Amino acid sequence: MAETSAKAPGRARPLSPHLGIYRPMLTMMMSIVHRITGGALYFGTLLLAWWLIAAATGPEAYGVFMDLATSWFGRLVLFGYTWALIHHLLGGIRHFIWDMGKGFELSAVEWMARLSLAGSIILTLIVWAVAYAMAGGL
Amino acid sequence: MVQLSLPKGSQPTKGKKHAAPADAKNLRTFKVYRYDPDSGSDPSIDEYQVDMDSCGPMVLDALIKIKNETDPTLTFRRSCREGICGSCAMNIDGTNTLACTKGIDEVKGDVKIYPLPHMDVVKDLVPDLTNFYAQHASIEPWLQTTTVQPEKEWKQSTEDREKLDGLYECILCACCSTSCPSYWWNGDRYLGPAVLLQAYRWLIDSRDEATGERLDNLEDPFRLYRCHTIMNCAKACPKGLSPAKAIAEIKKMMVERRV
Repeated sequence: MAETSAKAPGRARPLSPHLGIYRPMLTMMMSIVHRITGGALYFGTLLLAWWLIAAATGPEAYGVFMDLATSWFGRLVLFGYTWALIHHLLGGIRHFIWDMGKGFELSAVEWMARLSLAGSIILTLIVWAVAYAMAGGL
Repeated sequence: MVQLSLPKGSQPTKGKKHAAPADAKNLRTFKVYRYDPDSGSDPSIDEYQVDMDSCGPMVLDALIKIKNETDPTLTFRRSCREGICGSCAMNIDGTNTLACTKGIDEVKGDVKIYPLPHMDVVKDLVPDLTNFYAQHASIEPWLQTTTVQPEKEWKQSTEDREKLDGLYECILCACCSTSCPSYWWNGDRYLGPAVLLQAYRWLIDSRDEATGERLDNLEDPFRLYRCHTIMNCAKACPKGLSPAKAIAEIKKMMVERRV
């Protein structure tokens, strides 16, 4: 072992390729998306705080917020926030199941990943469909 | 901070092409990572055309054929050629596995072969496993007892012995640990799936009496808790084991001993 750990003279050993050559897999992607959506939720919570502060401040501040939130860009951000929230929630349920030591069979791992991805998209669409229906189709 | 790209001097360049004999008809192309520490140059990807009509079925057969007939400088570890020694662990077609149990016909298109990911490369397909072995030693992988040595052997019931199934089969090939992104980014402090599976193998051994000390040793934000259940480990394991499940069981033991 001492021999193999000896450094080659002249240059450092190269690091073998990793992320760039590893086959992308749904489970691996879902893990990184879980982390990214978790980060996005921090940003979304700021928006939520802004909404509450605006409502507490008065009609003028609230109006500014609502103008932005109901613009096409505002809706896009809110749509993304809804998806991030639901995706992270379903991912959290997956992690909860794993924390109980269940759902580790490779087949279960695969279908839980697919279910939470499909579920996050479907539930987001349902939330927005209901919201638009309640608002009378803005 | 995690470095997602390869450091300077690690990015492989285009290498040599080795054509098969002119009369060969059934050809497959193998793209193999090469690094020669004596040359001082960056690693490269060499291409080898191999005649499948005179080659065994496994990726290891092709590597041995290349070394014997085309390029004797090609360097890789191998020994048992039947999936029990763990020497020929490498990244084939994008996933870590054993070259000796991976069929060439399982790969579509060119067969791409790299050393185990995110490791220091000693030469060609040979990674430096020093840290991996040191981490294995750190979990003290042997039976530890405090009671008086029995006259004959330490006895174990059939049921307790069954708890070791799915764990004792691990051959420490490092396929799982080097498939794990957490181990890529934090391999210096995170023990990784293989070593944690071994740790669990001793934690649940009914004869072992150092469970508390073993858990103390693992109770650490990095050593154990860098596992985020990414699942690459269980998908890569050439023996069909689930390090992810073993790690989850250790996390459960951590909680259970507090309540």
